[in-house]
Amino acid sequence: MHPAYSIIIFTTASGAGYGLLALLCLFGALGLLPAERWLGLLGFGIAFALITAGLLASSWHLGHPERAWRAFSQWRSSWLSREGVMAVATYVPSGLFAAAWVFVETTEGIWALLGLVSAVVALATVCCTAMIYASLKTVRQWHSAWVPAGYLALALMSGALWLSFLASLFGLAGAGLLVLSLLAIALGAAIKLGTWRHNAAAAKDLTSAQATGLAKFGSVRQVEAPHSQANYLMREMGHRVARKHARKLRRLAVTTAFALPFALVLLALIAPAWLAGLALFLAVASSSVGLLVERWLFFAEAQHVVTLYYGAEVA
Amino acid sequence: MTSLPPPTDKKLGLVIDLDICVGCHACAVSCKEWNTSGASAPLTDLDPYGANNDGVWLNRIHSYEVDDGAGGMTVNFPRSCLHCETPDCVTVCPTGASYKRAEDGIVLVNPDTCIGCKLCSWACPYGAREFDEDDGVMKKCTLCVDRVYNETLDPADRQPACVRACPTGARAFGDLGDPESAVSKLVAEREGEALLPQLGYKPVNRYLPPRPRRRDAGEAGAALTPQPLPSGAAGGDAAGDRFFRWVDRVLSR
Repeated sequence: MHPAYSIIIFTTASGAGYGLLALLCLFGALGLLPAERWLGLLGFGIAFALITAGLLASSWHLGHPERAWRAFSQWRSSWLSREGVMAVATYVPSGLFAAAWVFVETTEGIWALLGLVSAVVALATVCCTAMIYASLKTVRQWHSAWVPAGYLALALMSGALWLSFLASLFGLAGAGLLVLSLLAIALGAAIKLGTWRHNAAAAKDLTSAQATGLAKFGSVRQVEAPHSQANYLMREMGHRVARKHARKLRRLAVTTAFALPFALVLLALIAPAWLAGLALFLAVASSSVGLLVERWLFFAEAQHVVTLYYGAEVA
Repeated sequence: MTSLPPPTDKKLGLVIDLDICVGCHACAVSCKEWNTSGASAPLTDLDPYGANNDGVWLNRIHSYEVDDGAGGMTVNFPRSCLHCETPDCVTVCPTGASYKRAEDGIVLVNPDTCIGCKLCSWACPYGAREFDEDDGVMKKCTLCVDRVYNETLDPADRQPACVRACPTGARAFGDLGDPESAVSKLVAEREGEALLPQLGYKPVNRYLPPRPRRRDAGEAGAALTPQPLPSGAAGGDAAGDRFFRWVDRVLSR
């Protein structure tokens, strides 16, 4: 599949935003972080900025962005519509919770309940985003439970790193938060490596002979394409990434998204405050780059069934 | 509404005979001609005569080589929307622009409400949908819904443009939900197949498989080795021929 920059930015930025939002709301509601005005302003400001930037980026790739409001109507059948509805719905409870945190400096009582609801809705939005891909039977690499698990784990991972960094600016990045970040990185890495292993092992069980209905005669090879130049289908679904290239990019993704941030958070656990802050900032930066590469691979390595009509022999 | 309508008895669709399709692309050209001025207009053509021509077509003709272990055969394969009974391209649409008609099962896109998110094209395994970069909306085969019910057209023309154009009669249009229809009988007689039934979209269109091929000319009654022509049969020395050669020389001056 063609890796569109707008969708890569959308899924990584909004994923980090919802992860940060969910953890802020959870920690606030449970009283694990103080309802301190400037921490709230910075934390919710960055979370909403990441979410909103992601949602705006997703509209760049629409043919008619001015009609995007229509996408809220088909939540009964469409995961994309559900994602849109949930994305907007998340602003309401989390906006109120953020207002209470920043302006009243309280996260207790009824506000705590609102915080828990916000955390659930934010994570549900990430699941809806993942289901847009996981619901497609046409892309083998996407049509599995590994996809929502990965989106959720990576959103929590980037959220935990952001929260650790922001908390460290206020001297609030305790060992508990840092250990949570380490666990989130380990979970994200485990799920990503598991996904790659699963995809490599899954049978490519559709052939060009089956796609053309000619399997009973023998194997099928395209001798002449319908057109002389690549068309939309070939550009959008037929994107191929060389195996050697993919392996290098996977190494880069694992190093920058997981290995380096893990080491930096470990450093932050033992380092003096100023160095811990710097280490956590670098962990956020490194994981952001790593997740962009990971998301690029998520699209580039996905093979669509329609390629069977355009020369691929198995999918 | 992108939820699917309840199953209907009427299932309009195409039957494509892979045995007699010669791969001439007449159906694709006729489709393009009709639809670029009809309900799907415009069907974008960018740089049509240049090196990087690009455009939207609702019907594409592939040519495949089948290795049957006995000498092989070439199969020309027209590919267009199969108007599935349970298509994901409809249910994934976030706006309701993509829909399946309850009355005859035709799958259509409303170009006025399509936001151009392209998700329906991702959901289709058959490559039936092409995004129109110029128009910003998704385009697909309409089964010539603007012809088949069009009472201003001659009754013979009230069928899809591709069917009307096919010079070999390799395409047929009709109600595949009615077991007594001509197309249903054709499918039953020739054991027509749905493409990729294992994906569960229940395509309506059917493809008739190629008949067994003759392996050499002898099976058709022809001589197996070329025979010399009888003398004089090739012509050339008759008075008429000399006259025409003279006319040709005179006119060529």
